[in-house]
Amino acid sequence: MNRFAALLDGLVFTPSRNGKLRLMTDYFATTPDPERGWALAALTGDLNFREAKAGQIRELVLARVDPELFGWSYDFVGDLAETVSLIWPTPEKVDVLPTPGLAEIVEKLRSTRRGDVGVLMAGWLDALDASGRWALLKLVTGGLRVGVSARLAKTALAELGKVDLDRIEEVWHGLEAPYEALFAWLDGRAPKPEVGDRPTFSPLMLANPIEAEELVALDPAAYFAEWKWDGIRVQLVSRGAEKRLYSRTGDDVGRAFPDILESVPDGVVLDGELLVLREGEVAPFNDLQQRLNRKLASAKMLSDFPAWVRLYDMLEAEGEDLRPLPLSERRVRLENWYRAGTRPRLDLSPLIAFSSWEELGELRDGARERGIEGLMLKRKDWAYVSGRPKGPWFKWKRGALTLDTVLMYAQRGHGKRSSFYSDYTFGVWRDGELVPVGKAYFGFTDEELLLLDKWVRNNTTNRYGPVREVSPGLVLEVAFDSVHRSTRHKSGVAMRFPRIHRIRWDKPHPEADTLETLSKLVT
Amino acid sequence: MDPKKAESWLRVTSKGLFCEPGDFFIDPTSGSSRAVITHGHGDHARPNHHAVLATPGTLAIMRSRFGENAGRSLQALPYGETIRLGGVSVTLVPAGHILGSAQVVMEYQGCRVVVSGDYKRRPDATCPPFEPQPCDIFVTEATFALPVFRHPEDTAEIDKLLHSVRLFPERSHVVGVYALGKCQRVLSLLRRQGYEEPVYIHGALEALCDLYEKEGVALGPLKPVLGVSKEALKGKIVLAPPSANTDRWSRRLPEPVVAMASGWMRVRQRAKQGGVELPLVISDHADWDELTQTIDEVKPSEIWVTHGREEALIRHATLKGYKARALSLIGFDEEGQ
Repeated sequence: MNRFAALLDGLVFTPSRNGKLRLMTDYFATTPDPERGWALAALTGDLNFREAKAGQIRELVLARVDPELFGWSYDFVGDLAETVSLIWPTPEKVDVLPTPGLAEIVEKLRSTRRGDVGVLMAGWLDALDASGRWALLKLVTGGLRVGVSARLAKTALAELGKVDLDRIEEVWHGLEAPYEALFAWLDGRAPKPEVGDRPTFSPLMLANPIEAEELVALDPAAYFAEWKWDGIRVQLVSRGAEKRLYSRTGDDVGRAFPDILESVPDGVVLDGELLVLREGEVAPFNDLQQRLNRKLASAKMLSDFPAWVRLYDMLEAEGEDLRPLPLSERRVRLENWYRAGTRPRLDLSPLIAFSSWEELGELRDGARERGIEGLMLKRKDWAYVSGRPKGPWFKWKRGALTLDTVLMYAQRGHGKRSSFYSDYTFGVWRDGELVPVGKAYFGFTDEELLLLDKWVRNNTTNRYGPVREVSPGLVLEVAFDSVHRSTRHKSGVAMRFPRIHRIRWDKPHPEADTLETLSKLVT
Repeated sequence: MDPKKAESWLRVTSKGLFCEPGDFFIDPTSGSSRAVITHGHGDHARPNHHAVLATPGTLAIMRSRFGENAGRSLQALPYGETIRLGGVSVTLVPAGHILGSAQVVMEYQGCRVVVSGDYKRRPDATCPPFEPQPCDIFVTEATFALPVFRHPEDTAEIDKLLHSVRLFPERSHVVGVYALGKCQRVLSLLRRQGYEEPVYIHGALEALCDLYEKEGVALGPLKPVLGVSKEALKGKIVLAPPSANTDRWSRRLPEPVVAMASGWMRVRQRAKQGGVELPLVISDHADWDELTQTIDEVKPSEIWVTHGREEALIRHATLKGYKARALSLIGFDEEGQ
C-alpha cells in the first residue's frame, strides 16, 4: 500500500504527461502481482467500492479527535480525505499492526458486509501512515483524481512491455483485475492473453489532416467522401451476449447511453459518430456534452437529448472480421445490413457524390451554416487498419475562423512553463472598452513565447498572484473552430478551440475586432 | 508562584514582548534600545537596535545580513550562560530551530518564564537540540499548531528526492529552500543519507552556506549554478530560494522538477498552488505532536501562545487542563480590568 500511496502522491503533483508515464512505468516494473494489478484497476477506474461513505469516515475520525480541532483542521485543509489522513491519531503500538497491502484491502472490502466496514477501515487507518491513509480513503470513497486517464495508464503498460498501445486496447476489455495474464505477457513470460468472444475494443483507424493544395496529387475517383460530423467517434460492439459502447480511446461510455446500447443488434462491430439528433438534424455539440458529462442518464436527459450513432463503417458481422476487406466492400456490407432490419437510434453517414476536388471544395464551403466541420476522405480500396496510417484516410476541415483580439491578462504556465507567462486572456472592443472573450495557451513557437513573455513583463499594470494584467497594446490573431452563445462568459459568447494564430506585432490595438463582429459568427 | 505576577513585568507592546525590569524587548519588530534576539530569521532579527544580546551564532548571522546595521553594541551570550539585566536573570538555551537559535529563559522574583522562540524537536546536525526547560510560564510558538501538521521522518522525505533524481536522470531537481536554515539543513540531510555529489546552489544562498561552514557545520561539496551548462546540470540537485522556479533564472536548468522543502508541503493544495511537483515535508518548526509533547515536558502553570494557530493549541491545552492564552492578549486585558 505504501508504494501505491507514493505513486498516487507522485501523480497528483506531476503535471507533465511524460512525468506521469515514468512514475507509472516505474511502479508497474517494480511492484509484484497482484498488487500492481489492483493499482492499475484503481487508475483506470475499474475498481469501485460503494462500501464507505464520507459520513462514515467522518464518524470514525470524530470518535478519536476533538470536533473543534477537527473543524479548524478541515477548514484549513479543505478536503475530507486529506484532513482525516493527516489528523488520524497514530496508536501507541504501531509496530504490532502490519501495513495492509492493496490486494488485501481490495479482497477484504469485497468480502465484508457493509456494516462491518467501519471496523476494518479503522484498523487500516491505524496501521498506515498519512500517505497510505490518504490513498486508502481516496480508494474507498471513490475518485482518485490524480490526473490519469485510463488511456494514460495503458500507455504506461505499453511502455513497460514495449508493445503497441493498440495491442493492449484490443484485449483490455476482455481482461479483469488484477490482470495477472496481462502483466505476464508484458513481462515476456507468457503469450498475449486470449480474450475469446468478449466484447473487446478494436483500436480505431484514424485520419490525417489534409489541405486543398495536397489534394491535387490524389485521384478523386479512388476516395469516398463523407461529412465530418461534430460529435464524438464511437465503436459499438455486440459480441456473445454482451454489448458495449466505446469512445475513440477505448473507454467504456455505455452507462451514460442506455438508449444506444438497447438498440444495438446482435453480432456486429460498428464504427460511427455519436450525436444528439432531433428529427434527423444534428444538434449542437453542447447538447451532446450534456449527455457526456453524466455518468448515468436520467429519463429527462434521455428524452431531451436523444442520442444516435451515425454509422460509417462495419468491422465485424456474425463473427466474421470484416477489417481485411476494402472499404468499398465494407460499405456494401454495412448498407445491406442496415437495410435488412429496423435500426432504431442508428443511421447511415451518407456518401457525398462528387467528381472533382473543386466540386467537393464548394460543397465543403457551403456546409458552414449547417455546423459541419469539414469532410472525411477515405480510400475505397483500403482495409481497416488501426492507428493513423499515412494515405488512406484524410480529414479536410473547413478553414478556421480568425479574429484580431487584444491581449488583456497573462498567467504563468506550469511545469516547463513555470517561469513563462504563457496563458493568454484576450478581449475585443465593445463601446470603446475591452471585454475578455477567451483564453489560449498554444499556437505559438518557443521563440515567440520568449518574446510574448518579455512583452508581458514590460507592459504589466497589475499583478494578481500568478496573473498579470497588461496595458492594451498587443494584437493577437486568434483562430477558433466556432463560436457559441454562452451564459458563463461576460461577453455572452464562447469560442471552441481557440489558439493563437499569429502575433500581430505590427497592428495597432485600436484596430482589433469588436464584439459585434464576433457575435455575427455565432452558430 | 502566581503567574499573574509575571504580567506585571512582561507585557506585549506594539514592538513585541517587553521585559520591564530588564528593560529589553524579545525579537522586537523594529529598532529598539535593547533587544534579546532568539534567532536570525528576518521576522525575529531586525536591524538598527542600540544593544543586542544573542548567541554567538545568531550574532554572526545578523552581522552577515545587516553589516553595520546589525546593532550598535552586540553582546554574545553562549548557550547555558546566565546574565543579569536589571534584576532579571537571562539564559539562552538551544531551541533546535537553526544555527544559533535559542529559547530565552528569564527568572525574576521567583518566577521562571521561557520564550521558546521558533523551535523543533527533531535531530538537526546544523544546530544543538532543543532542551526542554521546566517553567512557570511557557511562551510557545504555534506555526504548525493544527493536528493535521505531523511532519514525517526527514529520511523518508530525502529518499523521495533521491528516488526522483534516479527516475528522471535527464532533468535537474530544483529544491526551494529558505536561505537561512532550511538550505543548510537539507544539505546536511542529503549528506547524512550518503549523497556525496556536488549540490548546485543559487547565488542568494552562498553567503549563509559559507557562514555555516565557518561555524563548523560541514555541508559537503557545493557549486554555484551560475556559469554551469544545462547539460552539466542534468541529474543534479539544485537549491534555490522558493521564488526562483517562477523566475527567469530557472530557464538555465534542464526541465527542472520543482521541489520545495517546507512544513506547509504537508497540505497538498498548498503544494499544488505553488506549482510544486515534489513536495518535501521538511520543517524547522515543531509539528503538532512536538508542540503538545513539549508542553507536557516543561509542565508550565500557564501557556502563552504566540502568533500562528493560537486557537487550536489553546483549545488542546485547555482540554488537557492547562491554563492557556493568546500572547497577543497579555498585558492588554489587564489594563481593561
